[in-house]
Amino acid sequence: MKLYDYILSPSCYKVRLMAALAGIKLDLRAVDFHPGLEHRGPDLLSLNPAGSIPILEDGDLVLTESSAMLAYIASLSAPEWLGRASAMETAREQQWLAFSSRLTATLGGARLHEMLLRPGDIAALQAGGVASLRELEAGLVEQRLAGQAFLVTDRPTIADIACFPYVALAPDGGVSLDPYPAIRLWSRAIRSLKGFIEMPGIHRLHELKPEPHLEQDEA
Amino acid sequence: MTAQTTLQQAMPHQAPPHQAPPHQAMIDEWYPVGLVSQLDRSGRHTALMGEPIVVSGDDAGNPLVTGGNGRILPVKVRYGHVWSSLGTPTKDIFSIPEADQPGRRFVDVGVVRVRCSPLRAVENFLDIAHFPFVHTDVLGAEPHTEVQNYTAEIRADVDEVWATQVKFYQPQASKSASGGITTEYMYRVPAPTCSVLYKTCPPRPSEWDVITLFVQPLAEDLCDVWPWMALFDDETSMTDLIHFQQMIFLQDRSILENQIPRLLPLDPGMEIPTRADLTSIAYRRWLKRHDYTYGAQLVAR
Repeated sequence: MKLYDYILSPSCYKVRLMAALAGIKLDLRAVDFHPGLEHRGPDLLSLNPAGSIPILEDGDLVLTESSAMLAYIASLSAPEWLGRASAMETAREQQWLAFSSRLTATLGGARLHEMLLRPGDIAALQAGGVASLRELEAGLVEQRLAGQAFLVTDRPTIADIACFPYVALAPDGGVSLDPYPAIRLWSRAIRSLKGFIEMPGIHRLHELKPEPHLEQDEA
Repeated sequence: MTAQTTLQQAMPHQAPPHQAPPHQAMIDEWYPVGLVSQLDRSGRHTALMGEPIVVSGDDAGNPLVTGGNGRILPVKVRYGHVWSSLGTPTKDIFSIPEADQPGRRFVDVGVVRVRCSPLRAVENFLDIAHFPFVHTDVLGAEPHTEVQNYTAEIRADVDEVWATQVKFYQPQASKSASGGITTEYMYRVPAPTCSVLYKTCPPRPSEWDVITLFVQPLAEDLCDVWPWMALFDDETSMTDLIHFQQMIFLQDRSILENQIPRLLPLDPGMEIPTRADLTSIAYRRWLKRHDYTYGAQLVAR
């Protein structure tokens, strides 16, 4: 399975992360996105007319949408990552997968503007990012109240992986995560998963500090 | 909104009025302002120390840099980049003899903007102690966290900061390294916002790989960083070389954007340096000696 990849792209990282969590090995083909703009060159445009990365090739199958790649990888070797136990799960998963494109457009746009100097209306991108984060925070609080730690149910699904990278990298685009405690708990839960891998700007969890110990007579 | 108005909004730390022209020493220095390979007629609208500038190229590829009032600024082409100055540079751009050595590959890594002091970007580049924690499993790894003794000095003859005999255990020192090695480093600061790093070259042990950090000061707390490399490596693809260095630098970026205070303190204050910080101390002392204070905090708080 071949992934046209860029180390700094959160959308490419979604696919690398899902593959790592599912135990699938990817053949990575580095694309000179910055400064070379290779994704807009003739070779890659012939593969993906949208001019975006990632692109996933597996035999005759060519995928250009990261959510489809997550579904494909999970279906192949980690079906427990699909929310298919009920109509509600299916609906929630589709809802958040579609929602993730708003994160890409807003937080991702702000990040490209602030970091790699891509054009854009930074105030509008950041405002859109904050609105998306507030919606995600509210959704995660609702889930917590229902006793569920992830977006769809009580276990992680491809919807969490689709939303996580652009959220975790929001500060790269000048959008703080400080106001969102539920998002921070959720991010910590994702970073604790067995097989989790990092990307630049998303650090692994360091060893958890021991619980503060309180003596009986101090309590 | 244009890139220019965004830049101007992003400059909260305008220098207070001074008796003498502020930051004259740094105004007269050369700075990187663009990649030669990306020059075009429409131009790159950017800034240098708070002043909007435009970096363009004519059809023959000759660079032209104009300042805020349309005046023509000094321009040079060196190390894959266009260099300019707001003032009157008294000396040439520092020399990197390895840039003329046959057999090396020259890597334009591309610009990355960082919301930090240009001096802090250089200082972070000079630090080794953070490798195991920020570049985990690449440039460092626990438990190999010790920074062994090394030498840092301000060399009077060349007026540069040098750190030598720096050694560090690295799991993956470069794209061409396979497995962990103890890497030797030399650091050099030949200009206030530029640093040159010489590093063990795995495919050619008798030579040093050269990795530079050229920093364009946009404002006192905002900069464009242009890493550039001159390597002996005939195996790795250019894109892989670029991505390796971008990965390293982007691991630093989020740390740099959260450093407090935003400006680099040049006077002793709350910080307690350790032996591992010798290079940083020499750098700060050298900056102060030359009045290179754009992006610096002079009064300890």
